[in-house]
Parts: sequence; structure tokens; C-alpha cells
Amino acid sequence: MIYNDFTSGDSFIHRFDPRIKILIALFFSIITALSNKIPAILSFFVLAIILVLISKLKFKILFSRLTIVNIFILFIWFILPFSYPGKIVFHIGSLQASREGLINALEITLKYNAIILCNIALLSTNPIFQLTHAIRHLGAPDKFVHLFFLIHRYAFVIFDEYKCIRDALRARGFRPKTNFFTYRTYAYLVANLLLKSYERSEQVHRAMICRGFTGKYWVLEHFALKWRDIFVAITIFTAITTLAIIQWMKIL
Amino acid sequence: MDENIIIDIKRLSFGYPGKPELLDKFELRVKKGERLGIIGPNGCGKTTVFYLIMGLLKALHGTINILGRERSRENDFIEVRANIGFLFQDSDNQLFCPSIEEEIAFGPLNFGYKGHQVKDMIKEVLNTVGLDGYEKRIPYTLSGGEKRRLALATILVMKPKILLLDEPENGLDEDAVDKFVEILQEPGLSYIIISQNRDFLKRTTNTLYTIKQGRAIMAK
Ligand SMILES: Nc1ncnc2c1ncn2[C@@H]1O[C@H](COP(=O)(O)OP(=O)(O)OP(=O)(O)O)[C@@H](O)[C@H]1O
Ligand SMILES: [Mg+2]
Repeated sequence: MIYNDFTSGDSFIHRFDPRIKILIALFFSIITALSNKIPAILSFFVLAIILVLISKLKFKILFSRLTIVNIFILFIWFILPFSYPGKIVFHIGSLQASREGLINALEITLKYNAIILCNIALLSTNPIFQLTHAIRHLGAPDKFVHLFFLIHRYAFVIFDEYKCIRDALRARGFRPKTNFFTYRTYAYLVANLLLKSYERSEQVHRAMICRGFTGKYWVLEHFALKWRDIFVAITIFTAITTLAIIQWMKIL
Repeated sequence: MDENIIIDIKRLSFGYPGKPELLDKFELRVKKGERLGIIGPNGCGKTTVFYLIMGLLKALHGTINILGRERSRENDFIEVRANIGFLFQDSDNQLFCPSIEEEIAFGPLNFGYKGHQVKDMIKEVLNTVGLDGYEKRIPYTLSGGEKRRLALATILVMKPKILLLDEPENGLDEDAVDKFVEILQEPGLSYIIISQNRDFLKRTTNTLYTIKQGRAIMAK
């Protein structure tokens, strides 16, 4: 999810051409995901941290985002080390943790965080319109461009509706318990949420049409590829490619 | 054909699917410079009339003439939307951009204005609605009244020939209403206002209609 909290900054990365940023983020994510050697993954992780530092993001928000994502990662640490065959390092009761399992969990954690950090640094530093526009300029099909923008917009709509219904329930003294009444109330909540979100999204769509929307997204400030952009792009691409080559040529 | 007629609705019928007809042989004519009010009970079809004018809903029978041409197909309405500013009953639905400047720019960019022109237009219209310097703020962090004024700015920026305002004063405090009335005082504006507030309508309009049994009739 790309929020708007990071877009307001003014760093070198913020002013970087969004088209190149998307390409780098994509390339970085694919290569990192395909990597399977700890030193290589670690260097991608460091690269991502450098990008975050350059883009001067607000650490507090960044940290809370990372915490949420890493809760999922935590489950991997509970399962993977104990379900992977290999050299036993320690055991809890009859559960045996293997060295390979631990390494694997570490790899996933690093990869995951590296990719998230890189994407936050590169992509969330642009307003959604710029990204949408950039994707269009990169030749993505119109349907995909639509989906990209609308998912962003309607995720907020649905969340707003959820908060609204939840507050209404609370205001009428609803306390969740484990009984039929609670389940039924939740079922109503979900049904209501779908209906209201649908209605609201229809309204938003109408509002867009009323202001001349015909399926194309325009931006206020146009992109101009500068020499500096190209130079930085080449540097980052070279760095990622070099790291990829080094690991797959088994030099590491 | 009278050049001064902006909207001319004749014998229009409309009903939502599976429901009885809401509008039945509905007629309404608005001339340049007219300031018209519509008042009426909840659910009598006021908002629906606006949707029909904007081409968001399609009439079952009857004709809608806007700016001298009959409008029926989707393509006819694209020109209509460039010339009619519609303020939605709920501003939250109308605002969808991540910054105020992009919010206002959305319409002009869609209708082919260039970026540097649009920047000037934004400045001017923000001044009109009293939100100077708000360019970079985020729309959904504004107060209800500010949102309404921003929504108004997004339609005023297109210099529409007529405004359709759906309960614009609803939920605004006295000062905000005064401010709104002041904006509407500008000479040369034409508009239709839907409202439940007779006092507000007295200050802003000179003809008042109500909808009874699917038709617009003069109200006292
Ligand atoms: N999408 C829809 N599908 C079915 N019925 C609808 C739909 N939208 C509105 N209606 C019904 O049509 C009638 C008129 O709705 P409309 O919104 O035009 O009323 P209104 O005069 O603007 O009311 P209010 O004063 O509450 O804003 C209502 O009875 C409403 O329930
Ligand atoms: Mg209404």
C-alpha cells in the first residue's frame, strides 16, 4: 500500500524521474527475490537502506510500517527452522531446528525487508498520480493503469466506511463477544461495508466523469529526464547487475 | 432557439430500476443569469434531476436540451460536463486526489489545458474560495466546510456556464454559509441550488421550485 505520508518530502529521490524509479524498483525486487546467497541478499538489503537514507523518510512512520509487515515474517521463524531437514542446531521438546531452516528464514526476512524498503524509498516518494502517469508512459495497458489507481483510491474509501460503521456500532454500545449475536453483527458489518463501498465508489466514479475523466490520467508537472537521472539510474542498475552476476557466477 | 436558454428539459420521465417512476413529464427551463432554487422532501428526486442533467443517469422518455443541442448519448454529455459545474451532496465523494492542487487540476487537465496554465488557474480559484496557499495540503485532512469550498473550487476552475449545487450549505457554520453566499453573489453566475433551507435559498435565488408527483412546480 502506498500512502501519502512520504510524498511530501524533498530529497534527491523525490525529484528523481518516476519512470526510472519504477524500473529500478521492479529490477531490484526481481533480482532480490531470485537471490539465494546470504552475502548477496545482505548487500541488497544494505543498498535498500542506503536508498531509504538518501530519501530522508520519516523514520517513525517507516518503522511502524515495517513492524506491521514483519509480523507476518515472524510466523516464518516459528515454522521454517523446525520443518527443514538439515544439521540440528537446537531443539525445543521434540521440535528440532535445523541450521538450513534458520538460514532460510533469515534469507526470507532480509529479502522481504530489502524489497519493501526499496519500494518505499522509490515509489512512495511520488504522488499516486505521478506513478499512475509514469506507468502509463512505460507502456502498461490501460486496464492495468486503471486497476493500479483505483485500488489505491478505493482502499481508502473502504477503510473510511469500515471506520464509520465500526464507530456507529460502538456508539450504540456494541461489545464483541463470542456469541451468535456478535457473529451476526459482524456479518452485517461486512455486508454493509461491501454495499456502502460499492455505492461510494460509484459516486467517486461519477465525480470523475463529471470533471471530464475519459480514462486517461494527466499530471500537473511533466517529467523531464535529466542527465543526472540517467547517471544515477545507470549507477544503480550497474550495482544491482554486478551483485547479481557475482552471486550467480559463484564468485561469492 | 433562444440563445439564452442553458437547460431545457421537456416531458422527462425517469424511475430507478424496479421502482415506480420518480419523475413524470418533468419540465424545467433555465436561462442565462437565472438563479433557481429547488426545495422538497427527502427522496422526491432532487438529486436525481441533477444526475440526469449531467448524463450520469439516462432518461426513460423525454428530451434534455443543453446549450442548444439535444443530449442523449454519452458523447453528447462530455461537452455538457465541461460547461456545467456539479457540486455533489457529499463532498467526500467528489474529492479523490492526493493533493489540493491536483484535485483542482483534474478537470482542466482532462479538458486539455496545459500544466503552466493550470497552475495559474489553481491560484486564482483558491483565492476566490478563500483557500489561498492550500495547494500542497491533502484534501481529506480538511474540515467539512473547507472540503465544500475545495469542491466548489474544483468546479469553478472550469468557468462553467451554470452551477448545479446539491445542498451546498448543509453542515456549514454561519460564517461558512456567509462566505458561500458571497461567492455566489458574483454577477453573471447562473445556478440551480437544491436546499432544505428556505432562508439560504432566499439569500441566493430568485425563483423557487419544488417537486410534487414527479414534476417541478413553482413554490411559494
Ligand atoms: N441508485 C439508486 N437505486 C435505486 N433507488 C434510488 C437510487 N438512488 C436514489 N434512489 C431513490 O430515488 C429516490 C429519489 O432520490 P434522490 O436522491 O433524487 O432524492 P432527493 O430528493 O435528492 O433526496 P434528499 O433530500 O434526501 O437528498 C429516493 O427514494 C431514493 O431512495
Ligand atoms: Mg439529494
